[in-house]
Amino acid sequence: MIIYFTDIALSLMLILTAMVIAVQRNLLGAVMLSGIYSLLCASLFVCLDAVDVAFTEAAVGGGVATILFLGTLAQTDYEKKSRVGISWSGLFLVIICGSLLVYGLSDIPGFGLADNPVQTYLADVYLVQSQKDIAVPNLVTAVLASYRGYDTLGETTVIFTAGIAVLILLGRGKADSDTVESKES
Amino acid sequence: MVEFTILLILLSMLLALISAAIGETVYDKILAVNIFGTITVLFIAVYGFVTGRPDFLDIALVYALISFVTTIAVLKFFEYGDMGKSSTDREQDIDI
Repeated sequence: MIIYFTDIALSLMLILTAMVIAVQRNLLGAVMLSGIYSLLCASLFVCLDAVDVAFTEAAVGGGVATILFLGTLAQTDYEKKSRVGISWSGLFLVIICGSLLVYGLSDIPGFGLADNPVQTYLADVYLVQSQKDIAVPNLVTAVLASYRGYDTLGETTVIFTAGIAVLILLGRGKADSDTVESKES
Repeated sequence: MVEFTILLILLSMLLALISAAIGETVYDKILAVNIFGTITVLFIAVYGFVTGRPDFLDIALVYALISFVTTIAVLKFFEYGDMGKSSTDREQDIDI
């Protein structure tokens, strides 16, 4: 009972936050509110037992994305100048996309049912064997970190490579200024 | 008892959200986000006890760290207008 209430309350607060973000005129305020949105999302993921997803959401959405947005706003202006009217074609497109998404929702299996595809494939093996094999209390963590360990290692390598590429691209200006200084001296 | 606590935490989440929404200055919003991060840590800690599996306490600790780092970054942005300089660069700027 209380768990259902928590899920509903968090979802309603998510909708409320999205509405508040939509009407913000100050972009810094919008960035701050999107941080709140990420934290709410992470709480909801914890409620749905997806602890690893919640972890990523809090670290990327709440931490890194906020800082990246702020870095972008430091390069630009952060007050929206003119009040833009409603774009009717955009509203039409958004309504179409939303309707399609809701229509797609009618086809997904119910939450936590025993005969869902996700429960009938390898889940039994994981449930029975993981305590014996790995003895990690959280099953999702056991699957991600041990059964799919090489997959996770590959993902981490990709992200690490992307991070190095971004650092190389961003660090160029600073290296140039260093060489200029050394020439001058 | 724990159920009542989580109701109160949800209520305080809503209050922090309202204060972020109607806050006049950006500093009100920063404070609201910081409070919201703290409430999220509390929520995850208490929710583990509601479901009878308090294994999520470690995650609550990591959330506390992330929230702290975000607040530091935001305040640094407001103090200096950027986040890309080290302290030695800043001293050179002052000399010039």
